[in-house]
Amino acid sequence: MDTLRSTSAVASWQRTALPSGLLLAALAVYPMFANDFFILQIGGQTLIIGLIALSLMLLAGYGGMVTLSQMTVAGVSAYLVALLGGSHGGVSLGWPWWLAIPAAIMVAVIVAAFIGALSANTEGIYTIMITLAVGVAVYYLVLQNRTVFNGFQGLSHIQPPMVFGVDWRSPSAFYYLALACAVAGYYFVWRLRRTTFGLALQGIRDNPRRMSALGYDVYRHRIAAHAMAGAIAGVGGVLLAWYNTFVSPATVGVDAMINVLLVAVIGGIRHPLGAFLGAAVFVLLQSFAIDLIGSQRFRLLIGLIFLSTVLFSQDGLLGLWSHCRRWWASTTGQRTFLKSSSELPDR
Amino acid sequence: MKWARRHHLTMLVALPLAGVAAWACYQDTRLFVAATLNGVTLAALYFLVASGFALIFGLMRNVNLAHGSLYLLGAYLGYSVGDLTGSWYLGVAAGALGAAVLGIVLQITVFQFMPGQELRQALVTVAISVVLADLMMWVWGADIYQLDPPDWMFGASVLPIVQHYPTYRLILLALAIAVGGGLWFLLNRTRIGTMIRAGVDDRMMLAATGVNIQFVFAVTFAIGAGLAGFAGVIGGSALSISPGEDTRYLLASLIVVVVGGLGSVAGTAVGALLIGLSEQYGLAYAPTYGVLFTFVIMVVTLFYRPQGIFGGR
Repeated sequence: MDTLRSTSAVASWQRTALPSGLLLAALAVYPMFANDFFILQIGGQTLIIGLIALSLMLLAGYGGMVTLSQMTVAGVSAYLVALLGGSHGGVSLGWPWWLAIPAAIMVAVIVAAFIGALSANTEGIYTIMITLAVGVAVYYLVLQNRTVFNGFQGLSHIQPPMVFGVDWRSPSAFYYLALACAVAGYYFVWRLRRTTFGLALQGIRDNPRRMSALGYDVYRHRIAAHAMAGAIAGVGGVLLAWYNTFVSPATVGVDAMINVLLVAVIGGIRHPLGAFLGAAVFVLLQSFAIDLIGSQRFRLLIGLIFLSTVLFSQDGLLGLWSHCRRWWASTTGQRTFLKSSSELPDR
Repeated sequence: MKWARRHHLTMLVALPLAGVAAWACYQDTRLFVAATLNGVTLAALYFLVASGFALIFGLMRNVNLAHGSLYLLGAYLGYSVGDLTGSWYLGVAAGALGAAVLGIVLQITVFQFMPGQELRQALVTVAISVVLADLMMWVWGADIYQLDPPDWMFGASVLPIVQHYPTYRLILLALAIAVGGGLWFLLNRTRIGTMIRAGVDDRMMLAATGVNIQFVFAVTFAIGAGLAGFAGVIGGSALSISPGEDTRYLLASLIVVVVGGLGSVAGTAVGALLIGLSEQYGLAYAPTYGVLFTFVIMVVTLFYRPQGIFGGR
């Protein structure tokens, strides 16, 4: 696969650049054709949830560490941007944005690295259990603590700052901000796969003992992956706080934690695109399921979709897509599936 | 040697704890004893739930993250049957049986087809718990229910120092001890227990000796799930039943298993005691930060004994 890529590097670049360029252009002009609801509630929310799911995709897809605490990491940065910056309810320090935002993301990275240090020594299922426990502990902490986190009510009136004379609260501006963050995160994760670190991480996913024998420090690689994912989730958390204008225990509750897993798995956990695809499906269902089945049964629907994804398609919607391409190629006799297989890492 | 080192560590932990306990006793004996009693009885409930989880996970390596849903389903079924028939005992039986049947269904339709694939099992059971949670919400709504135990369990017992203590909670404690003893007996002294342990060690070999291992595992799963449902009815009578309890007890089971270690009834019991006590002491002495106690116990265990206090691996 690698030799194929290098011999036809130019052609491969053109083939991957064209669809992604088109997709980016479509996303960029999207606000010109959509109303505010579609720009903010659908577009913005998809990008934010996608960004948080992307951090899980990095850990699970490259590192083989399925965590449930990515929403907790995002929630930490959301709470911190509210506490350090301006908000109503709890303590509000009123720091300027250029200090509050990096500080919030830094703390998210530290928390993520700490969670990584806790769970990196354990294998597979223990990671899920420990991250779930950490996440729920954080949930109960913010729920029960009134002095700092204002308990059940949470912190409200969180607003993005006025920078460069742009009101980042307006739907289009916020959409472009989220899009920029999402594209940056996507590009980072996509490129990471081919870096030395990314390759080592994938090696650790496939066979930690062999990588350890080759001299790689499995433990530190895992913690570093957690920290990187923490940065992505932290950015997502800041955007989430601005999008909702509030942050409450429900933001970091078990349902929200599981939602991130649902999104990443439904979209496809092996490729960064899957996170955003899953987020789009999730947000669209959430917004329009009322017309289909009533708002009450949304979780039943998404749960069933999740269940069938896990049972029948290993790689979510992206896996389904590449499966269809392969089927199409085999029926028409063309060998076009090479491209998709170079895009989607196969185990 | 190993025992001596562990003993040394135990002393290191136990002595400061004993000191703090003595100080708390000196400050307010009644509060301390009441918190201890509450902690022990809560631990009894956690033990009932977590022993089922530990049985399924520790022995069969089946990751059942829908264990909390089994608890909640047992509780709801127990409530409905108890409400219809007016008999609490029938409610207990219905809760345990309903959860056990669902457990067998899970084993036959899901786990049987993915042995050893822990991650896939985890994802599938998370999905099942999401679906079950919403189905239960559909049937029973978001109301808070409480079961009424029979009259003789109701009321207060007279104890030294705390004077009055709910009888039901003491019965809960006795039940947990009985279940723990029964489990130990089942696993270590009976034929089916031997089969279960043998199947865990080497399922091919056990199958070669002519034992139907799928049957053995289905029985184990039924016992584990039934314990969850049983605990649901018992816990629903001591506390209350509402949506969200499923994740609470799943979490309790996870932490108990992580702290106590897998593979032994004693480990589960010790884990449950630690978590139950720390939760109630936290509630009594540091209300808003109480949850951190549990968390710190888990973190310390993970750093010093990743396999859990009684974990054998």
